[in-house]
Amino acid sequence: MTELIPHLFRTEYRKIVSVLCKLFGIAYIEIAEDIVSDTFLLASELWGLKGLPENPTAWLYLVAKNKTRDYLRRHSLFAQTISKEIKRKTSTLEEIEIDLSSKNINDSQLAMMFVVCHPCIPAEAQIGLALNLLCGFGVDEIAHAFLTNKNVIYKRLQRAKEKLRNEKIEIEQPTLAEIDHRLSTVLMVLYLLFNEGYYSSSQDSTLRKDICQEAIRLTNLLIENEQTNIPSANALLALMCFQSSRFDARTRENGETILYQEQDTALWDQQLIANGEYFLDQASQGDSLSKYHLEAGIAYWHTFKTDTKEKWENILQLYNHLLLIEYSPIAALNRTYALSKANGKWEAIIEAEKINLTDNHLYHSLLGELYTDIDNGKAIAHFQKALALAKSTTDKMLISNKILECRKQIDK
Amino acid sequence: MKDFLLVYRTDYNTLPKGASPEQMQASTKRWMDWIGGIAAQNKLTDRGNRLVPTTGKVVKADNVIADGPYTEIKECIVGYSIVKAATLEEASELTRGCPILASGGNVEVREINVI
Repeated sequence: MTELIPHLFRTEYRKIVSVLCKLFGIAYIEIAEDIVSDTFLLASELWGLKGLPENPTAWLYLVAKNKTRDYLRRHSLFAQTISKEIKRKTSTLEEIEIDLSSKNINDSQLAMMFVVCHPCIPAEAQIGLALNLLCGFGVDEIAHAFLTNKNVIYKRLQRAKEKLRNEKIEIEQPTLAEIDHRLSTVLMVLYLLFNEGYYSSSQDSTLRKDICQEAIRLTNLLIENEQTNIPSANALLALMCFQSSRFDARTRENGETILYQEQDTALWDQQLIANGEYFLDQASQGDSLSKYHLEAGIAYWHTFKTDTKEKWENILQLYNHLLLIEYSPIAALNRTYALSKANGKWEAIIEAEKINLTDNHLYHSLLGELYTDIDNGKAIAHFQKALALAKSTTDKMLISNKILECRKQIDK
Repeated sequence: MKDFLLVYRTDYNTLPKGASPEQMQASTKRWMDWIGGIAAQNKLTDRGNRLVPTTGKVVKADNVIADGPYTEIKECIVGYSIVKAATLEEASELTRGCPILASGGNVEVREINVI
């Protein structure tokens, strides 16, 4: 039981909240959250005394429905306000239907996704809200993932909810005309959500994996819906599958990072790789080419561990295209690494000197890597600059090891 | 940062005729590696385009329209891109390694005066 309630909270809280929010409207999001929290409170009290009900999920749905009806009875003014909306469908208050069917749950979650990713709130808050309202993460967990304190997250979420209230955002799927524009923000938030899990410097790998899986689940919701099942959503899902396939291979038990080159490919999840290939194939229908297509393509080539000319040439060209769509320092650095693999270290060194990201530890790590075995003295100098700029202990450890290796080469 | 127009010029007659798919791919790679290098410095504003080599017209006063003498002249405009740089010198520096130079062509670098 001590395991079951947190599990149900994670999976069911968000579903009931979405359905109630859709019923009430975003202005009453807190009422919805209160009703669902009350339901879980009652569950933890009663189940402890009387034992588990036969079907805990059905029990939660039933109690949430009753609590909602009670609430509407006791707050007739509120009931009147919202029933204006609902009246078209029902004649009396008693008949207000609280539809917790799996179809309505999915529809409500999808509609909530568009609300949470509304362009009126800043990206950081969108990710927090997504974790909170769509993934059922508590403030504690979100704070942990963002490496910040509870208060900061609590305030950030409150402000975002207030903004949604003030802007009177409708909880509904956008119209076909709007969908392209709105969907691109949703995809961006899901992309950032996944990256938050995948690249977070938080040491809690279970939590990070959970965040990645949630991002995958939400992207899947988009794909299961005909209107939102567009090529770039498939490309994003392919990217997430390819990246996640290495999740178990990239951390030691003590939390230390294992670099790509040193990973045990037996630990790469072949099922996820196959799923990624399927979605990448789906993504290639139509003629749109998003940055998710390019990143998924890069991730696809990384599922082949062996270095081949073909692999790195493809990765280099994908990075070239990615940079033409959107510049980012990390893409510029990775492109230069791919250049060294495809065209040789000397050409890459010349290009690396030009990109001039001197305050980025990854820039110096890259130059250190490129100079290794060519000029180990210069390599060490760059690794030392990288060490001074690196923040996380994992990064510092990795860089220190590189310096040791270069020293060994010099002493030989 | 200011925007600069890069105008690629070459003699069409010096370009290899009937290139094989491999040659075309190699040529695409040279261009992509070069322009990708500019993009990696965050100095690309617009990758620009190639121009269709076989057709074109020049319109003069009095509505005199001449079919462009595009393929005949030695310095025919074949494409353009827009880059950003602090100075004309820096923009010119970016053209180093441009594949058009290897085939005997040239790149004109002009600062864009925003209207």
